[in-house]
Amino acid sequence: MEKCKIAFPRFGNYHIALEFLFTKGLGVEYITPPPSTKKTLEIGSKYSPDYVCSPFKFNLGNYIEAIEAGANTLVQTGGVCRLGFYGELHEQILKDLGYNVKFINMSRADYQKPLTFYEEFKKVNPDLSVKKIASSLLTFLKMVECIDEVEDFVRQNVGFEKKDGEMEKIHEEYLNALKSVETKKDVKKITKEYMKKLKNVKLKKPKKLIKIGIVGEYYTIMEPFSNHFIEKELAKKGIVIYRWMNVSNSVIHNDGKKQKKFIKHYVKYYMGATSMATVYKALEWAKEGFDGIVHVKSFGCTPEIDAMPVLQKISNDYKIPILYFSFDSQTSETGIQTRLEAFYDMIIMRKEKKK
Amino acid sequence: MKIGIPRAFLYYKYHYLWESFFEELGLDYVVSPYTNREIYKNGTIYAIDEACLSSKIYLGHVAYLLDKCDYILVPRVFGYGSDGTVCTKFQAIYDVVNNTFREQKIKILYYNINPKETANEFRAFLKMGKFLGFKKVAITRAYLIAKQNEKTNQIMDIREQETLLEGNSLKILLVGHQYNVYDRYIGDPIIQYLKELGVAPIIADLCDKKEAREASSKISETLPWAFNKELVGAIELYKDKVDGIILMSSFPCGPDSLVNEIILRRVKGIPILNLVLDGQEGSAGLETRLESFVDIIKIKKEEQHGKM
Repeated sequence: MEKCKIAFPRFGNYHIALEFLFTKGLGVEYITPPPSTKKTLEIGSKYSPDYVCSPFKFNLGNYIEAIEAGANTLVQTGGVCRLGFYGELHEQILKDLGYNVKFINMSRADYQKPLTFYEEFKKVNPDLSVKKIASSLLTFLKMVECIDEVEDFVRQNVGFEKKDGEMEKIHEEYLNALKSVETKKDVKKITKEYMKKLKNVKLKKPKKLIKIGIVGEYYTIMEPFSNHFIEKELAKKGIVIYRWMNVSNSVIHNDGKKQKKFIKHYVKYYMGATSMATVYKALEWAKEGFDGIVHVKSFGCTPEIDAMPVLQKISNDYKIPILYFSFDSQTSETGIQTRLEAFYDMIIMRKEKKK
Repeated sequence: MKIGIPRAFLYYKYHYLWESFFEELGLDYVVSPYTNREIYKNGTIYAIDEACLSSKIYLGHVAYLLDKCDYILVPRVFGYGSDGTVCTKFQAIYDVVNNTFREQKIKILYYNINPKETANEFRAFLKMGKFLGFKKVAITRAYLIAKQNEKTNQIMDIREQETLLEGNSLKILLVGHQYNVYDRYIGDPIIQYLKELGVAPIIADLCDKKEAREASSKISETLPWAFNKELVGAIELYKDKVDGIILMSSFPCGPDSLVNEIILRRVKGIPILNLVLDGQEGSAGLETRLESFVDIIKIKKEEQHGKM
């Protein structure tokens, strides 16, 4: 049997944790797809249906680039929106293109029965050890939490360093160090060490800070290339950025009941996928007096489109400006810059008026 | 009291049930008219730009009913359990309508289908009936009669189509959500034009739903959405009885964007035309495409006859 080389689409910085899970837990080689670029999106779009949401196109581009880098087994998750059907179509498109790869589609597994996941992965490594998977899964989850914790800190402080780019440099070093961990203990130790370094960075924060919260669709909000590095752009302007949406908050510690209760004045029923979290955080930040909210999604994302009428009401009721971005393969860089610029100017003007 | 029913989205699936349920309870109701330019335009004003054409039309119908009734019926569906899920649009529609028309102080009559929380259709109707002030016995009676009426009518619709299938004219299977296929503004013009060309349009959604959902796994195994399962399964059930297939979707329908691609890649040996309806005016382009599609089918058919 050919040696299994597995790949999963790019998604924020989580490839580091995934590499650990696949190599240490499943005992297979992991191929990290090259970072998403314009070319990735071009390749993905070329072979995707026209008006499918852009995460589908990015994922397909990642798969093809991963295959070119040596991967022979690809993984796709299930999901509660269109994502639930990504896998079967990705597999079909790659097959029609003539790629001879194995495809693990978690939509085939049953979330009510965790053992079905095990069965799916047994296809790539028949000697799978449940014990090994269980212990590396715990380390994997810790890694995800730590990646998110560090990112949160960077997000809220980057752009204010006395020495430009210092934080980003430490962040990069941290992610590199994380690649060599063996145990959960290592993860904690390295994270503690780098958090200390980050906290020691000298900052010059103005007294009156501009606070902006980012909400939106799962993939676009977490994969910086797909949102044109919007957080970086905002940080450059000296804005403190808050984002709740990450894997720790949405998967590991999600509390849907609490969210639903908090937004009951606006929303009666679960509206699908990430829309509840979007409304929940937007409302909370509006109540806390944030200066603005940025909503990001891929073009045509139905759950997030349906969250928009609610966001408009929150914006009205709490007099908080909301900037809406919808990204597809055609989005122009200058258009984004101009709109961000105008949004920023408007917030500054509002702040001065309030004085 | 008067209830307003928007003639859009789930109306086409449930109108027999809704209308006879309200009639049995002796309630007055009004159905919004067939979609016209004004309703569509109005919908685009209220809807988010990027929302699908069908949901824009839906909001147009709701807007039409605002000052013509006491309550507007907006059912909410979470899913159909083991039969499949639904597009998140149907999970969100109650709250979308409620927020969109908040300033107009809209009053919504609703029910919620969520088999996961044991909110099956009967319980949902019971709750709605109680909200309207009726007793359990009366609601149960009305529901059972309405359900019987729905079943009879659905069987009659399928039978009627069967006679079309037995005819000699060219037959094309229309694969699309009922709310698109039957909509007078977007889908019906296609049906009418096909008839002008001498084609018998076969509606995929008129079929035994259970049979169709089961048959769909022959084309796609992991299809999550109940409505799309029924359409894909209908292809399996009808494809040997028709000469061609037209896929009809509204722009930019989430589920259809993926499902149509699977159909195009997996259903072989029959001509397929993929139509995306965007509500733009001017039918000349569409008619040309339909005409040439029908021509291709005719030529293919003649060739086959020649060989025999």
